[in-house]
Amino acid sequence: MSILDLFYQFMNDFSFLILSAIGLAIIFGMMKIINLSHGEFIMLGAYMTTLFTKAGMPLILSIFISAIGVGVFGFIIDRLVISHLYGRTLDSVVVTWGISMVLQQGMLIIFGPSLQGVSTPLGSLSIGGSAYSIYRLLLFVISFVVLVLLYVIFMNTKFGLYSRATMQNQEIAQSMGVNTNRVYSLTFSLGAAFAGLTGGLYAPTMTISPSFGTSFLMPSFVTVIVGGANPLIGTSLSGGVLGIVSSILDALWGTFYGRLGLLIVAIIVIRILPLGISGLVEKVLVRKNRV
Amino acid sequence: MKLKKLKFKRSAITVILLLCLSISLFGCNNASSSSDGKTIKLGVLEDRSGDFSLVGIQKYYAAKLAVEEINKNGGLLGKKVEMVAPDTQSDNNRYQEMAKRLILNDHVDAIMGAFSSASREAIRPIMEQNKMLYFYNNQYEGGVASKYTFNTGAIPDHQITPLIKEMIKNFGPKVYTIAADYNFGQISAKWVEKTVKENGGQVVNQEFIPLGVSQFSSTISRIKKAKPDVLVTLLVGQDQSSFYEQWAKSGDKSIPMASTVNMAQAYEHKRFAAPALANMYITATYMEELADKYPSAKTFVDKLQKKFPKNKYVGMEAESEYSGIMLWAKAVKKAKTTKTDAVIKALESGISYNGPAGKVSIDPKTHHTVRNVYLVHTDSQQKLHIDKEFKAVKPDWLSKDMGVDLTKKPEFKQYTPLK
Repeated sequence: MSILDLFYQFMNDFSFLILSAIGLAIIFGMMKIINLSHGEFIMLGAYMTTLFTKAGMPLILSIFISAIGVGVFGFIIDRLVISHLYGRTLDSVVVTWGISMVLQQGMLIIFGPSLQGVSTPLGSLSIGGSAYSIYRLLLFVISFVVLVLLYVIFMNTKFGLYSRATMQNQEIAQSMGVNTNRVYSLTFSLGAAFAGLTGGLYAPTMTISPSFGTSFLMPSFVTVIVGGANPLIGTSLSGGVLGIVSSILDALWGTFYGRLGLLIVAIIVIRILPLGISGLVEKVLVRKNRV
Repeated sequence: MKLKKLKFKRSAITVILLLCLSISLFGCNNASSSSDGKTIKLGVLEDRSGDFSLVGIQKYYAAKLAVEEINKNGGLLGKKVEMVAPDTQSDNNRYQEMAKRLILNDHVDAIMGAFSSASREAIRPIMEQNKMLYFYNNQYEGGVASKYTFNTGAIPDHQITPLIKEMIKNFGPKVYTIAADYNFGQISAKWVEKTVKENGGQVVNQEFIPLGVSQFSSTISRIKKAKPDVLVTLLVGQDQSSFYEQWAKSGDKSIPMASTVNMAQAYEHKRFAAPALANMYITATYMEELADKYPSAKTFVDKLQKKFPKNKYVGMEAESEYSGIMLWAKAVKKAKTTKTDAVIKALESGISYNGPAGKVSIDPKTHHTVRNVYLVHTDSQQKLHIDKEFKAVKPDWLSKDMGVDLTKKPEFKQYTPLK
């Protein structure tokens, strides 16, 4: 396998890990809610994108609208259900698991076991005799754009300031006049919107079915566990590390070992760094500041 | 800090526990009252939800149609046939629960069903313990030799042997196999390897993909590097079927694909936008498009679509389920009882049924079927063409190479070409 192939493989793995984890990481990092219906939010995004595109809308526009649509859906779910569970991590697992089942089976009842998909746009690029899908290269770029976007949202906006304050200490933030409930609610919608975006982006490359989200669930949880609580530092670093591990193993021995590698890294990281990579980074930064 | 650490750990453990729970959890249906002797009860276990529902729903409809037709023609032994069909939800634990319920609670006379080989192997021991007549009406990797089990679907003797022979003859000797990583994929890949060798070809590589994988870029670049003459795909489930779209974009579409799982079961050629499924060759025992050429195939499609207009495709497993039930009904009539041993004896008399896919007869020694097989391919526009018909293909690997004769010696195992 050539270096170019290996790099292409890394780009694929990296963008898949980052995009599948980002929505989950925001919700978990900021709210300590473990969203087991994350895969179904992704599935919703994929369904919306497919349906809009088949109704004649340009793909880019329908991906964008699906992201917003799933964000709005997330807001409704938050108001109805999640808002009663702020700060109750364990209870959130059970409830979101229930939501995931309702969504998956609901989709099966409404649209049947499968939906005809749209094909991947943009064709492929030929370098040195092998073809690389341009759309997949674009996904790699988009995964970076998403990370930058997240940085801007959390570092340069008022919402970002409030939400970081809420994440650090909810009570003090509240006593300083931050409406933490609203911050939580917006954060959940933002996480859902990013999940919807991921679904929309991957819809043209995969089979559309009610179980669309399940293949995202394992990689996304592994990325978040390895990354730790900070959605930005954690997700980007763990996406990088896991992407390298899985693409190398994948290239050397095949898909099965790539999968195995992901899980082994997760076990090792949890054992050595229970707070994930971002926990380590924070520790180092704190030590530096003290010196 | 300490508290945070503990919280994180605790939530991680909870997630894992819940995932385990979700796997072992099963729903609760109300059991109907036990058999009153006024009806003959037929248990049907098919997946109407979950990953396999695409095919399970077709099979469920076909079973309903078969039972209705039997009742319309006066039932069996002067009694009506009653179908008991809980949804198995593509979940093997639920298969076991429901199989036990059908046998112990509903006292059914025979059981039809299961899609995946894992589901079948989950319930086959239950059938054997309870001496329950069981029909596995589905394509599978072959090799089951069990006194109580009849397999009416296609097996490698029907599909892989003629398919690989044709592919090597027409396209060349270098074969690359990708297969789902569980018993069906592993054993089918072994069959491909065996047939390739017999036809003077060479397996350049075979790769097993874990179930649930949906991203294939490394596999695709490996295939392109190996430059095979034929690409055999034995992928299973919705996630793995994402391969075709990705192969169409960054693979080499001039390499013909050969498969025994696609199109005839889950109608990928209709569900996926062209050219994802273009240039694929399959061998099937039945598919909806045969209706254009064969009147018996057309009658079946028309009947099923009239009764269940919501059904999206009439695939080969729907035909197997239907023919399986009809073979069972014929055997019950011949035996004049529903007692398991007598019905098995009647089935082993070489009973046959002329149905949607032509003549299907039971091979007494192996409990499999002798059936017609069709070679079908899609062109570059993903349009379907029926190329060839192989008449009355025998399932004789078990009896010839393994020496199985279930009429003389009862067995309860699955033979495989794996060493």
